[in-house]
Amino acid sequence: MNEHYTLRVNGVERDVCDSWIGESLLYVLRERLDLPGAKGACEQGECGSCTVFVDGAAVCSCLVLAASAVDAEIATVEGLNPDGTLTDVQEAFVREGAVQCGFCTPGLVMAVHHLLDAEPEPSDLQVKEALSGNICRCTGYGRIFAAVDAVIARRRDAAR
Amino acid sequence: MPVLIPRSLDVAVEMASSHPDAHILAGGTDLMVEVNFNHRKPETVLALRHVDELRGWTIDAATRTVHIGSAVPFSEMEHGALSEALPALAEAARTVGSPQIRAAGTIGGNLGTCSPAGDSLPVLAAMEATVHLRSTSGERAMPFAEFMTGPKRNARRGDEIITGVSMPIADGWQGYAKVGVRNAMVISVASACLALQSTGPRLALGSVGPVIIRCHDAEALVADRPGAVDAALAAEFGRLAAAASSPIDDHRSTAAYRRHAVSVLAGRLLQRGTARP
Repeated sequence: MNEHYTLRVNGVERDVCDSWIGESLLYVLRERLDLPGAKGACEQGECGSCTVFVDGAAVCSCLVLAASAVDAEIATVEGLNPDGTLTDVQEAFVREGAVQCGFCTPGLVMAVHHLLDAEPEPSDLQVKEALSGNICRCTGYGRIFAAVDAVIARRRDAAR
Repeated sequence: MPVLIPRSLDVAVEMASSHPDAHILAGGTDLMVEVNFNHRKPETVLALRHVDELRGWTIDAATRTVHIGSAVPFSEMEHGALSEALPALAEAARTVGSPQIRAAGTIGGNLGTCSPAGDSLPVLAAMEATVHLRSTSGERAMPFAEFMTGPKRNARRGDEIITGVSMPIADGWQGYAKVGVRNAMVISVASACLALQSTGPRLALGSVGPVIIRCHDAEALVADRPGAVDAALAAEFGRLAAAASSPIDDHRSTAAYRRHAVSVLAGRLLQRGTARP
């Protein structure tokens, strides 16, 4: 049977037509709504590269049944800065060399935004815990943690 | 209409009654893995995301009881009043997957899937929790030990919705321990919950049998021994826990290692729980 429903993604109502009932939110975002920022790798919630926000919670979009996500606020990496400029987190990733192949980067950026929006001054342990669901096979995480520290410092300075 | 999205519990129960073969979808962290890998092709899905009645929890000080709605995610059990009422459940919740999984996965999902590796289940077994179900013919409540009937098998009828679980507030030390291949993002190889309730010690083991295993022999060993536990007693406690287990070899571990791990976990929890500063 074919499904028709509407998702609210980055503040915009998007129609999804003729989809299969079992499609994940990740699949619908990438293949039907032209939002390829969230990446698909493990398809079982282990790698975090598909992280998006659903009603403010950072979740793996591969484990969200798209057709059940109606009436939810969905936010993807594309919606962080709708004008296409880089957020402070993305800029810090670039500047600190936290990007190598880049596949995990959108998910990590979402996870870092989610952490720092809730906790502007996290401990090292809190940062590691918050990013424990995002796997990066290139960087060894050192430069990612350096990027997080840089954002924390920059936001602290800006608040002064 | 293959994806059913009820907006209230009454409607959810009616939908379950008219679609007893529907897959019940809570956080999606179990079902969607099976769908993504083509292990399941659901015809009808009943998604509980918008049933607000299932998303709350209460701590009743008068009856000293905690009730947790089936759609409460693990992330809500990690901190705050719920974690103070049930410290072992908070510890178990913190070991579930990653922050992303804990934001989605629910205690009702753990009950619905009923995997022996479900992280919250040893806590429910140790606390002798009651599982609450509802159908158009009324409410049903049963002890967790009767609810879980086998690996990924439970007593829920197709027309029933798991509405929640209730259990006493911790009135003594309690803890949860788990062995996996690393610290984050693992399904348990062996797990244990020890609750030193005023009515007596209760030990339950996960991932080492077809269901969650209560260890009455180990509990009896320490029932009337208040105070610190020496290494020999902890080892005997662990030995009795291992004797109660019935693990298997599978892709995640071996039966022999699981038996060893669960004895260490049980002994460690006993020493932790009886060590007084």
